[in-house]
Amino acid sequence: MGQQLVMYDEEYNRINAVCDRLTKDANAKVVFLVDKNGQLISAAGQTQNIDTTSLASLTAGNVAAMGGLAKLIGEAEFPNQFHEGSKDSLYMTIVGSRVVLVVIFDARTSLGLVRLRVKKAADELGKIFEALIKKTDAPGGLGSPFAEISDDDIDNLFSE
Amino acid sequence: MSFINYASREINCKIVYYGPGLCGKTTNLQYIYNKTNPETKGKLISLSTETDRTLFFDFLPLSLGEIRGFKTRFHLYTVPGQVFYDASRKLILKGVDGVVFVADSQVERMEANIESFDNLRINLAEQGYDLNKIPAVMQYNKRDLPNAVSVDELRSQLNPRSVPEYQAVAPTGVGVFDTLKAVAKLVLTELRKGG
Repeated sequence: MGQQLVMYDEEYNRINAVCDRLTKDANAKVVFLVDKNGQLISAAGQTQNIDTTSLASLTAGNVAAMGGLAKLIGEAEFPNQFHEGSKDSLYMTIVGSRVVLVVIFDARTSLGLVRLRVKKAADELGKIFEALIKKTDAPGGLGSPFAEISDDDIDNLFSE
Repeated sequence: MSFINYASREINCKIVYYGPGLCGKTTNLQYIYNKTNPETKGKLISLSTETDRTLFFDFLPLSLGEIRGFKTRFHLYTVPGQVFYDASRKLILKGVDGVVFVADSQVERMEANIESFDNLRINLAEQGYDLNKIPAVMQYNKRDLPNAVSVDELRSQLNPRSVPEYQAVAPTGVGVFDTLKAVAKLVLTELRKGG
């Protein structure tokens, strides 16, 4: 079974900083970081007009479908994907086989620059996620914040 | 797998609606979408064919409120029910926290129900999950139809584990929220165990 993803303040801030920097360095419109299961982890840039939850879910669906295709032809996965639109384009990179870095950009930058900057950011993010997984696994970790919830807490969610 | 974010104090869980083609999985999501407050839901995304058959998945994000200061979000997915979309179904089960099996109560769909249920067990196992352990709820849909078989019959074929079960008429909403609440509760209870 896959491992539960747990995010802590320290790593969250570092991840957000990497995404912010990538947005500027690549001259991108938006940068997203999405868990392969479709959960949004971080978003930077002009996110106000984008449905980030839907984007995360569709990114995960896309990466999962392409991963399935890759296996059919004997590849482990397709780590990078590029989708070219008439105005905006989209570049996706799988980081540490666990999360997906998505960059949306337009004619103000180039695919070459985006690729270059993404590579550097992906290396940094890979290290952060490695540290995060170690931390989650470490004995005496924070564990589930739900360990102490009561039946009443759960029932209260459904009281209308 | 749920995603716990201590930084933004959020918890996200994934629920998958499974079942044979045309059993009403998408209809469940559409009813939930139509009956929830705009502020608690996101867009309902349907990746479907021109004839409105699910091609890849439907997706509906839903906020249920807070537990102990954590925003609780559920991501509801359906799978494509048609037999030949099996590769897609496997992908959608990745990272699942809870399953709703929607059975079609019509007598002529019994075989399709059983086939889909077996398919669920196999596809879950491929992802490392055990259908006998994962939070699961059974929904007997289309109870209003004259050719519906008895609940006893459905139960004996599809619910050997005796998970919570609900009778439903998805287009009018009968049983839809009961099913959702039941699976959400099971998922949260599992999280409490540290799942």
